[in-house]
Amino acid sequence: MSAISLSPAAGSPESSPQAAGAERAQPRRHHWYRQPALMSGLVIIALILFAVIAAPLLTSYNPDTQNLNAILQGFSSHHLLGTDQEGRDVFSRLLYGGRVDLQVAFIAVLFPFVLGTVLGSIAGYFGGWIDILIMRLVDIVVAFPFFVLIIALVFVLGPGERSIYIAITLVGWVSYARIIRGEILVAKRQEYVLAAQSGGLSNLRIMGRHLLPNVITQAIIYAMSDIVQDILAIVTLSYLGLGIQPPTPDWGTMISDGQNFLTTHWQLTTIPGLAVVVTGLGLSLIGDGLADLLRPGQ
Amino acid sequence: MTTLPGGVPAAVLPASQDSPLLDVTNLAVSFSLGSALIARMRNQAHVLHAVDGVDLSIARGEALALVGESGSGKSTLARALSGLQRPDRGEIRLDGKTLPARRSRADQRKIQMVFQDPYSSLNPRLTVGGILHELLRVHHIVPAAEIDSYTRELLRLVGLDEEAVHAYPRQFSGGQRQRVAIARALALRPELLVADEPVSALDVSVQATILNLLQDLRGELGLTLLLISHNLAVVRHLCDRVAVMYLGRIIEIAPTETLFASPRHPYTRGLLAAIPRLTFEPESDVPAVQGDPPSPLRIPAGCRFRTRCPIAQPICEEQDPALTESGSDPAHRAACHFAFADTAPPRATVTAIGATGPTGAGEEAKS
Amino acid sequence: MSQPLLQVSDLHVQIAGRRGIVRAVDGVSLEVPAGEALGLVGESGSGKSMTLRAILGLLPPEARITSGQVLLDGADLTQLGNSQLNKIRGPKIAMIFQEPMSALNPVMRVGSQIAEGPQIHLGLNRRQAAERALELMRRVGIPDPERRFRSFPHEFSGGMRQRVMIAMALSCEPSLILCDEPTTALDVTIQDQILRLLARLCRESGTSLVFVTHDLPVVAQVCHQLAVMYGGQIVERGGVEQVLTEPCHPYTLGLVRSAPDVDHPRSSLVPIPGSPPSLVSPPAGCRFHPRCKFAEEDCTVSQPPLRLIDAGRATACLHFERCLDELRTEGADR
Repeated sequence: MSAISLSPAAGSPESSPQAAGAERAQPRRHHWYRQPALMSGLVIIALILFAVIAAPLLTSYNPDTQNLNAILQGFSSHHLLGTDQEGRDVFSRLLYGGRVDLQVAFIAVLFPFVLGTVLGSIAGYFGGWIDILIMRLVDIVVAFPFFVLIIALVFVLGPGERSIYIAITLVGWVSYARIIRGEILVAKRQEYVLAAQSGGLSNLRIMGRHLLPNVITQAIIYAMSDIVQDILAIVTLSYLGLGIQPPTPDWGTMISDGQNFLTTHWQLTTIPGLAVVVTGLGLSLIGDGLADLLRPGQ
Repeated sequence: MTTLPGGVPAAVLPASQDSPLLDVTNLAVSFSLGSALIARMRNQAHVLHAVDGVDLSIARGEALALVGESGSGKSTLARALSGLQRPDRGEIRLDGKTLPARRSRADQRKIQMVFQDPYSSLNPRLTVGGILHELLRVHHIVPAAEIDSYTRELLRLVGLDEEAVHAYPRQFSGGQRQRVAIARALALRPELLVADEPVSALDVSVQATILNLLQDLRGELGLTLLLISHNLAVVRHLCDRVAVMYLGRIIEIAPTETLFASPRHPYTRGLLAAIPRLTFEPESDVPAVQGDPPSPLRIPAGCRFRTRCPIAQPICEEQDPALTESGSDPAHRAACHFAFADTAPPRATVTAIGATGPTGAGEEAKS
Repeated sequence: MSQPLLQVSDLHVQIAGRRGIVRAVDGVSLEVPAGEALGLVGESGSGKSMTLRAILGLLPPEARITSGQVLLDGADLTQLGNSQLNKIRGPKIAMIFQEPMSALNPVMRVGSQIAEGPQIHLGLNRRQAAERALELMRRVGIPDPERRFRSFPHEFSGGMRQRVMIAMALSCEPSLILCDEPTTALDVTIQDQILRLLARLCRESGTSLVFVTHDLPVVAQVCHQLAVMYGGQIVERGGVEQVLTEPCHPYTLGLVRSAPDVDHPRSSLVPIPGSPPSLVSPPAGCRFHPRCKFAEEDCTVSQPPLRLIDAGRATACLHFERCLDELRTEGADR
């Protein structure tokens, strides 16, 4: 390969990457560990996750064991948070219930995420009739209030974990689809996408390797608030008796069961309620922190 | 003639008039806008004819410039040639072979484009090496074992450090990014390089480096170049022939020096006169070209330039002039009834629509 | 000689950036006599736009004037508060921006926008202000002004919007108009119209101009005087034709030689090697020396001051004669 004399010579400041002047270089990313929202959110969720995962270490009681001799007891050294109307240890039910709720919520958010992202990408990238079709579907689903539709679907499908997944997926995909479609509509006009098309790359590759990594952050941020919504949905369904079925412990059932004793034994309803609130808070903080961190254009 | 990295000879045929590399006939690209009803209410066309019947040919090894202002259709034409925009009608022949509307990967490879904005033409999430490797892998340009060394050769070819392979686009300046973009375009060993305003977004002193690079690459690799630009100084520096576009048509085409020495179309003349020069001109209030360009949705009947033309005549409204050859130089063609007339061009006998004198402006135009 | 209309003395503007203090404008002094047009030329990062905004007090929140004076008719603008500056913006100084679409209010009719200034600053009533707006629209060459008065900005083309901006700038008859790259976003033929318009209007009304651009030939159409900026400082000053045909600073020489000339094609362009200096930690001595082929020992020691070499001619290069020598040899080769 003959040497071509091009100006400036290789090795000079112009040819190496860091030659960009101060005003041209992009601002450095905020260190993620300095973000107060993100950090507090992560701490809260870490604590909660630790508690529910390490449940067997933290309590010796089985959440289902009834002890009708020791019903409705207050806080004590035997039962940290007391017992419920069937003598079951509240603390243990809180931890094991948390396991169930969080697990279902985390899994439940994945399906709509994937489905919505795929459909949104197709709609946004290809446009035309497929876009119209998918967006009409979105319109139909969105016409119904979220909870109403979920409850109706679970009712029809029969209560239980599997129905929760199906219902949430069928209803929850629309938000992701809209977000991703919007991002893709903008991103596909970027010249690097044209360059990829000009380079003869297949549409699938362009969508998957070039577009999605640049737009997925918005969906991830949304997913954080979506988990909160899913937790609420699951808890609500269980509260109504349609979700997690007894004897599996879960916060929703606990709240529902404890209602009758609100005046005398407030802790039965309030504590699981607080657990839902704190978990939601932690996840929202993570979502906010991520949104700040991943702000496009940095 | 040097070879591209990998030992494969670059374009080898000398420029020849019998077998142009690229031959375009009657190309048209249009965009359909919004509602037909509303368009009729606004007395506008429903369809925007960005490119309205263009014939073009580029010989192997030559550099042709497409010049025009906003609304001329030059970028749309460039994209149609690069396979990024589907034309409504017309034929594009590369090396004698007609390119179908949906190009195969092998055909897509042959015409590559360098884009205007260095800040959005590189995927921010891929390293320079990643961007180049992907293209090389997908097209099997070189055997897998040689991809790495080929990439490094490419970077050296455009004047970048080998270290650039590991860097992300955001670590580069605008000029360097354009070099990466050129490397990317050359990686696939195209027959034709289409450069769409490659230096407009760069600082003046950096523009020179990229222009020099393009010039060197032409010399060393025998690259055939289609340069889109609004900057006539750049065009004169780099190109062999110039085609001037206005509202979707080529209105003049000639070898570079001929065009600058004796432009024949009133628009070309106005365009050249409008370019600011370094020497302080005596105060003259009359601009080179009056008025605003008509909206592409309301193209004037007959000659499309007549609303701003200093020599418009009644015939200009009745007949749309075709590209006619100059008697003395068949390579010089212009679309004006008076382009090659022997007598001096007449003063306008028909007031251009809306022109109201030295400070007058043409039809109001919303682009 | 009477006092110049605008006198900027040793202006310093700093921006608090993430990497440190950015010295966007680092000791800029300039003078604009009444009725004259000064061109301020530089590439991105040279500080030309910041200088303009500092004059009018329109700096972004993270930037501030740390020292220096801006004297308009003797009064120091840097000492004035925002409300006092508002009385000056409009009647005394006006500004024209690069992107008319973002500088015009999209939901307000064009005529009302032009009439707003006179109503507020000159105390005209609605009818009088509207009359004045129509008159201005005619002056700047907007056809059919009676009808266009009620149009919205998005109904105008780019060139027309710039005319609207010029009309707004002229509406209170300021003595100074600041122009921040007003034609950069326009097509060549429209740019030609706008430049001639500006030149004519300023000639007729005796308004002074400070015209910022990165495009050397553009400056030659409108301005009498030229100041070249680099790294936040002025490196050369003088009459427009003089500076462009006989530059006395290597940077100016580099700018002139790196741009293709439409009338005189050269065989190859000479780019300026390297890249713009960091404004946080600029090079010691002359800011341009890392990229300068005439650089010597003394260029690295201390910042050369901008000094007069002839009547009305100043340069910040210690070895400016090299530029003239270079030009002479180039001329001889041709």
